[in-house]
Amino acid sequence: MEHMAPVNPWVALAYLVAGVCFILALRGLSSPATSQRGNRLGMIGMTIAVVTTVMTHLNVGVWEIVVAIAIGGAIGLITARRIAMTDMPQLVAAFHSLVGLAAVLVGVAAYLNPIAFGIGEMVIPLIGDPFVVIHQVSRVEMGLGVAIGAITFSGSVIAFLKLNGNMSGAPIMLPGRHVINLAVLAAILGLIGYFVTDQSGWVFWTVTILSFVIGFLLIIPIGGADMPVVVSMLNSYSGWAAAAMGFTLHNSAMIITGALVGSSGAILSYIMCRAMNRSFISVIAGGFGAAPEAGGGSAKVDRPWKRGSAEDAAFLMQQAEQVIIVPGYGMAVAQAQHALREMGDKLKEAGVRVKYAIHPVAGRMPGHMNVLLAEANVPYDEVFELEDINSEFAQTDVAFVIGANDVTNPAAKTDKTSPIYGMPVLDVEKAKTVLFIKRSMGGVGYAGVDNDVFYMDNTMMLLADAKKMVEEIVKSLD
Amino acid sequence: MDFISILSIFVMACFVGYYVVWSVTPALHTPLMAVTNAVSSVIIVGALIASAAAGSATSKYLGLLAVVLASVNIFGGFAVTQRMLAMYKKKERPAAPVSGK
Repeated sequence: MEHMAPVNPWVALAYLVAGVCFILALRGLSSPATSQRGNRLGMIGMTIAVVTTVMTHLNVGVWEIVVAIAIGGAIGLITARRIAMTDMPQLVAAFHSLVGLAAVLVGVAAYLNPIAFGIGEMVIPLIGDPFVVIHQVSRVEMGLGVAIGAITFSGSVIAFLKLNGNMSGAPIMLPGRHVINLAVLAAILGLIGYFVTDQSGWVFWTVTILSFVIGFLLIIPIGGADMPVVVSMLNSYSGWAAAAMGFTLHNSAMIITGALVGSSGAILSYIMCRAMNRSFISVIAGGFGAAPEAGGGSAKVDRPWKRGSAEDAAFLMQQAEQVIIVPGYGMAVAQAQHALREMGDKLKEAGVRVKYAIHPVAGRMPGHMNVLLAEANVPYDEVFELEDINSEFAQTDVAFVIGANDVTNPAAKTDKTSPIYGMPVLDVEKAKTVLFIKRSMGGVGYAGVDNDVFYMDNTMMLLADAKKMVEEIVKSLD
Repeated sequence: MDFISILSIFVMACFVGYYVVWSVTPALHTPLMAVTNAVSSVIIVGALIASAAAGSATSKYLGLLAVVLASVNIFGGFAVTQRMLAMYKKKERPAAPVSGK
């Protein structure tokens, strides 16, 4: 029942080699030392895949293809060179949307010209015009590919707008959204099923349009703090879209890659959800952080807290044996990573041991803080993950919290009524002194909960813009 | 290739992906996303087939557009990953013991 053009075994082999290169590219990321070699293997794999395809379809229009690649490549390279490291979440979201849109375009092209893709054949009836029949399996694969691609595209566009600040990060809640979403999803699946018996255009286009709509509807109710999960999830979708297209085209490179990327995004989503102690379903359902000040408003006004100055902070840290720095999204917003590294250097010169503690959901995407610290030349062996460093706070003189809040909140361990209860947190309150940089005492974290650490006897609040405060501390350290 | 062979490749690749990704150090999760982004643009293969095929002009131009989009991703994704990875440095201490994570 398969009617592919006879495949040259060398071509199939080349695609397989490309797939293996992609596996090795991800494998290289197990350590920073091997990562660059892995990335180069990824590039080699991509070159093999592209060259093989162009060579085997050399019939027409090579110049057009070269021009298309040159245009895209130039845009990509310039963007990659210019993008600020703090804007990496937006960039990744934008790139996801392109993969999604490309998948949709390829799906549409395959639908319009099935014979070129080897997924359909001409039927010449005795009476009437000849017509093309698309293989039934291919219709399902194509329908799924287009649907996932379209969801990836519109979802990523919304994620991009939210991360880039073009759209409020607050969740937007439509009434009855769960019912609407489930109905649209059911309609898409039903239509893909119906597509097997009827290959007419309206089915295909309705699936495409509904998928764009559902991608949009799924992401708008999700708030800013849940973006790490969303970005990982869209990463996963872009992989599944590529895999579905690989099924349609019987291409092993696309299938292997799609499966790799799909699992990668799924695992990252899982890690992010676990780090927030929330189920994937509750994140997707959205609305987290929509109602701040829920009841806690009166309690926090009157509690006493201590304010410190840059000089106090500098003095305390100079006297310390060990300082653990806890960065969060606020550090990224204030672009304080370079000043922070300078502070770390000064402290090291003074004989203080400096370490960095990173919570898995600090920032707006997995590993966001690590990249920013790396950008500021912080050696990666001074940067630790939550489970590796949490036991050290008790023996630490100063915990320096900059731009993080919810991930340090002890209520997650003690207060069963708190919305963040059960989330693994950094035990900063166990340090002898906590220095907490915050813009003002008014705001609460994304989860909308007050943090008891602010009011503890061993806490000193440093109220200022994170970057300015760190720069002042650096000056005082001289 | 018949459907079952393709499905087998897919299922095996999911397992490979599962184990490979769990071995990625959390510090490199952002580069992981950037590079998976770049490699998932292997969808360019489909775009190239569409743009090289005769038969439907619309299909051809859609293919070319998809080639442009996928190229943005491929070049941009690998370049930005390279840029990030080049920033990860160890402490400037010669012959320091390799400390894993």
